This record gives sequence, C-alpha cells and structure tokens, in this order.
Amino acid sequence: MITLIDFLIVAAVLFGISIAGIIINRKNMIVLLMCIELMLLAVNINFIAFSYFMNDIAGQVFVFFILTVAAAEAAIGLAILVVLFRESGTINVEELNALKG
Amino acid sequence: MEKLVFYAFAALLITASLMVITARNPVRAVLFLVLAFVSCSGLWILLRAEFLGMILVLVYVGAVMVLFLFVVMMLNINTAELREGFTRYVPLAVIAALLIVGQLVWVFTEESQLNSHVARETANDISNTAALGQVLYTEYVFAFEIAAVILLVAMIAAVSLTLRGSRNRKNQTVSNQVKVTKADRLKIIRDEGKA
Repeated sequence: MITLIDFLIVAAVLFGISIAGIIINRKNMIVLLMCIELMLLAVNINFIAFSYFMNDIAGQVFVFFILTVAAAEAAIGLAILVVLFRESGTINVEELNALKG
Repeated sequence: MEKLVFYAFAALLITASLMVITARNPVRAVLFLVLAFVSCSGLWILLRAEFLGMILVLVYVGAVMVLFLFVVMMLNINTAELREGFTRYVPLAVIAALLIVGQLVWVFTEESQLNSHVARETANDISNTAALGQVLYTEYVFAFEIAAVILLVAMIAAVSLTLRGSRNRKNQTVSNQVKVTKADRLKIIRDEGKA
C-alpha cells in the first residue's frame, strides 16, 4: 500500500534536485528555466497526492491552473531568452549586467 | 503490484531529473526533462488523476518541451563556457539539497497526522475527467476564464517580444492601391497604323 508520505518524499527529493540544479547551473539560463519547471512539477505532485488521499478534487483544479501559468511562464521566458540572445549574443547570466547601476 | 509501479516511476523520475541538471548537452537535458514529465504523469495516473496525467503529456511534453527544444537548437550556445565553475559549486548544491530534503522528510515523518490519511475509493463512480469538469465549469469558472486571459496575454507577449519590424520585408501600401484611378493605369492610344 502506497502512503501519502511516499509521494511527499518523492516530491521533496525532486524539489531538492531542482534547487541543486539551480545552484550548479547558475550560468546557463536555459537549464535554470528547466529547473523551475521541475520545481513546479514537484509542487504539483504534492497537490495531486493530497487531493487523492484527502478525497478532495480541489487539489487537481489547482494543478490545472498551475500548469496553465507554468506554460505561459515558459513561453514568455523563452521569448525573452531569444530576444536576449539576439541582442547580446550570450545567455550567460553573469554577463548580463546591463541593468547594473 | 501498485507499489512496484510506484517505485519504478519514482526511480525513473528522480534519475531523469538528476540527468537534467548534470547533462553536458542542453538538448539531452531537454530530452531527460521529457522523460521526467512522462514518468511523473505515470505517478499521477497512479493517483487516479488521469485527466491531468494526459494534460501533462499532451500540453507539457507535446508543446512546452518542444518549444524548449526549438529554442535550445536555435541558439548557438557555447556550453563549455557556461559550464565553467560547475564542479566548484557541486558541494554547495548537495548541501543545500540535502538540507531541504532532510527538513521536509523530517517534518513528514514527525507529523503523525499525515499517516492517518488513507485513500478512500470514491463512492460515486464518475470518471476523474467528469468530476474535474463538474467543478471547473461551476465553482471555478471565474478562475478558468482568468487562466484563458493569462494564456492570451502570454501569447501576445511572446509574439510581440520576438517580432522583428518590417526591416527586410516588401510590404504593399493598401491606401495607395485603393486611391489609384483609371487614368493612372490605363492609357488609350489610337492605333493609326493601317487605317
């Protein structure tokens, strides 16, 4: 029998992995966006696990909206990335210092 | 049997996400992200959330990940330069991840209330999609419409961000075409050759 804690631990491990990914890939902006997607996935696993084990459909509705917002975020993020690469020729986060005071 | 499926999908999910953050080539990272999403949708179907599992495969793997793949292949990235200092930060990353995972697992195991939730089979035998649709279009209809607006805004924003002006394009000016008169285009000449 699978318990709620099993799913919560899987989601926690996934969240930890994506945090580690943000730290070690902090120069490559594309991998940073992918790590954010993984984080959102970990949160969604939590929502669906609670929705199943507490017998409440509201958790799945929330996952639906999170997926919508995540898709919009990925589209705009990638568009910004393309414009950024076209303007500056790099996606290295450390070289993007045009906004520094 | 169910436990076996759970552990298979969970192991696949964790391995794939580890490969995402350590992959040398961004294209491989995206492909491992696809594997992670597919195995996660397996976990969701195990939790009787079939509709969202299908949405994850169709929308995420089918659309968002293909968008990622397009962008990764379109940009000519120097991966060697982006990976410098990669190993230097691995200990910090491992410590941060272990701290967060350890804290979460400690909370989950200490909280005895979490153990008391046992999955109850729902009394009504409608499918997950029908159950979701029943609340989505009644109770959450306002949020649903806002989600539609968010997608519209995202679409317009993405188009307007990446749109290049009409620099190298040959346009026709419609007003000039409309204003043209017969005298501009048609000249009547008398043919006096053989008359």
